Amino acid sequence: MAPDTDIPILTTTVDKMVQWARRSSIWPVTFGLACCAIEMMSLGASRYDLARFGAEVFRASPRQADLMIVAGRVSRKMAPALRRIYDQMPEPKWVISMGACASCGGVFDNYAVVQGVDQVVPVDVFVPGCPPRPEALLYGIISLQRKIDQQRAFGYPRA
Amino acid sequence: MESRALVAALETLVPGARVEALPSVDQPTVLGAAADLVAVGAALRDGADLRFAALIDIVGVDMMPRVPRFDVNYVLVATSVPARVRVKVQVDGDEPHVPSVTGIWPSAGFLEREVWDLLGVVFDGHPDLRRLLTPDDWEGHPLRKDYPVQVKVPVKFHEPLQVTEDQFKANIEQDRRVRGDQS
Amino acid sequence: MPELRSEVLTVNMGPQHPSTHGVLRLVLELDGETVLSVMPTIGYLHTGIEKTIEQKKWQQVVPLVERMDYLSAHSNSFSYVLSVEKLLGLEVPDRVKWIRVLLVELQRLNSHLVWLGTHVMDLGAMTVMLYTWREREIILNINELIAGFRMFPSYIRIGGLREDLPDGFHAAVRAILDRLPGKIDEYEKLLTKNEIFLRRTRGVGVISRATALAWGMVGPMARGSGDTYDVRKAFPYSGYETFEFDVPIGAAGDVFDRYMVRMNEMRQSVRICWQALDRIAARGVHAADDPRVVPPPKDKVYTEMEALIQHFLIYSQGFTVPAGEAYVPVEGPRGEHGCHVVSDGGNRPWRVKMRSPSLIACQAIGTMAVGGLIADVVAVIGSSDVVMGDCDR
Repeated sequence: MAPDTDIPILTTTVDKMVQWARRSSIWPVTFGLACCAIEMMSLGASRYDLARFGAEVFRASPRQADLMIVAGRVSRKMAPALRRIYDQMPEPKWVISMGACASCGGVFDNYAVVQGVDQVVPVDVFVPGCPPRPEALLYGIISLQRKIDQQRAFGYPRA
Repeated sequence: MESRALVAALETLVPGARVEALPSVDQPTVLGAAADLVAVGAALRDGADLRFAALIDIVGVDMMPRVPRFDVNYVLVATSVPARVRVKVQVDGDEPHVPSVTGIWPSAGFLEREVWDLLGVVFDGHPDLRRLLTPDDWEGHPLRKDYPVQVKVPVKFHEPLQVTEDQFKANIEQDRRVRGDQS
Repeated sequence: MPELRSEVLTVNMGPQHPSTHGVLRLVLELDGETVLSVMPTIGYLHTGIEKTIEQKKWQQVVPLVERMDYLSAHSNSFSYVLSVEKLLGLEVPDRVKWIRVLLVELQRLNSHLVWLGTHVMDLGAMTVMLYTWREREIILNINELIAGFRMFPSYIRIGGLREDLPDGFHAAVRAILDRLPGKIDEYEKLLTKNEIFLRRTRGVGVISRATALAWGMVGPMARGSGDTYDVRKAFPYSGYETFEFDVPIGAAGDVFDRYMVRMNEMRQSVRICWQALDRIAARGVHAADDPRVVPPPKDKVYTEMEALIQHFLIYSQGFTVPAGEAYVPVEGPRGEHGCHVVSDGGNRPWRVKMRSPSLIACQAIGTMAVGGLIADVVAVIGSSDVVMGDCDR
């Protein structure tokens, strides 16, 4: 190791660096369902500016996305389409369940609404609210970043 | 135009139609017989001083245990007059039948499908009477009063197709063979 | 050279598609780039709200109907509340009427701003969306001020309002109204003479007045084709007959004329808001004087026995509404909103059916898009301003 302090070098593990890259550029898929989608758009728009956290690149194609924000109530008719979109996303992928309806059915305890999207796809972060404020979703995304930081990039046992 | 004046106008335009004025708090309401609905509808749309060109909503109501059980309300607007009227048809039975008005107002297409989907009123003569809001394989009509609020059945979705590496290669080979045969 | 084969191409657009404004699904049949047929498939957001409502008491329905058309929450609750008040035979004080008008007009501005941003973004102009959402946020601040909630304030209640206006309400609304006309001009500067925008909208998605009415469209869609019907003028409610405003009308019935109608509607809304704001005193009555429906003020509940009993009754078993049916339409941002309320005389609604302008517009997308190019389908969807929550309920 040359004791040359002029060359800026940081040492880290590949594992940490990969996870740092992943958490700093979470690309969500454009998947707005209901009221929460409007708040999700607010988060991407001028006041809340999701770009500060590297997650503003809403992708129209699930093939290019890492994160699915289930924003709104999931009907029984939508569940197969939602699952199909989740399956089309490449690994590694994460899911945020935004709002009361997506998390547990919310006030709509009836025949039409799936009582919690975790019956259809595995969820990483639940964000409460009806609809959650953009700040709440922002906190959800930051929580997801913390979660990704603690995960391992390689040698992770596959289910 | 009041309910009574409307009924008088309809009786001259459609001879023999059974229509009567109903008391209402909001807008003129006319009760008609299901058999006369198409003739009455055409008169309402084309009648000289009626001109109800827009059918803006169809409301089905399950009045169980009343007999007849179902109300079907047609909300009409004459935009240039302006005037509104509610035409009500009452039908009974587990599979009630009402003639379709899609020939008079094309907007009835989705509205009648919605009433059929949620309440099970059959619209005779509808070109495409399929479910509108619930999934295609849904059973029952949710807004009927004897339908439960919550149905405890598992959510339907499709598990992804799992293919092993050998199967994947075999698929590609087969695909190539098929395409090779064609060209 | 072998003969060229051609066939009709079927394209499935949605339910997850960035320009379908929610979960609308269209099955398109294309000949090259020309649209031959459009088959809308809806129901991907069917929530069964009408079934849930039948289990709730009259006052509890307000938050539920607000979640139907989530961009015009006030219009939903307003039409529901007016219908129930019609059944009850209840007349609210003038101050309540003006406050309701003010809130509903602010919400029309809010909804049109969202429409403008998303519609124009579909046509390729990203900037406008960032601008409109900037103004939308300050209108949402008013909702937060009155109810602490951005999107669904549930502020309009049967018999009046939830509570009196907060301090600083007038100043906040005045700041918005001062700001908005200049901003609307700014959007128009970006769009109305923009050559790209004109080419994407002029002569696209044309629908005649007669066809629009036959497909059941009233409101901005029909007004873009020259119809003059506006519920606020034709069947005035909540004192609209005392306000001065014009109803903007288009002529060509294309996407551009509908755009102009909505832009001018925003200016008229600002006009109505100014008139309403001038009439509203900072303090005053916020509900009708009807102990059947309106709960007593909190300080009386803690000190008077009768008030405590009344409070308990209203919040435990609710109030009853005379049997009958009522439908009072209001002019929502998308056209005529109306709530068909049926009561059997009990403390719960027997049936509540919302008239949804989006369902009607969805149905007519085919009429407007057939014969055009596939790229124009997104312009037609955007200009019909569908909200899927309203469409599927």
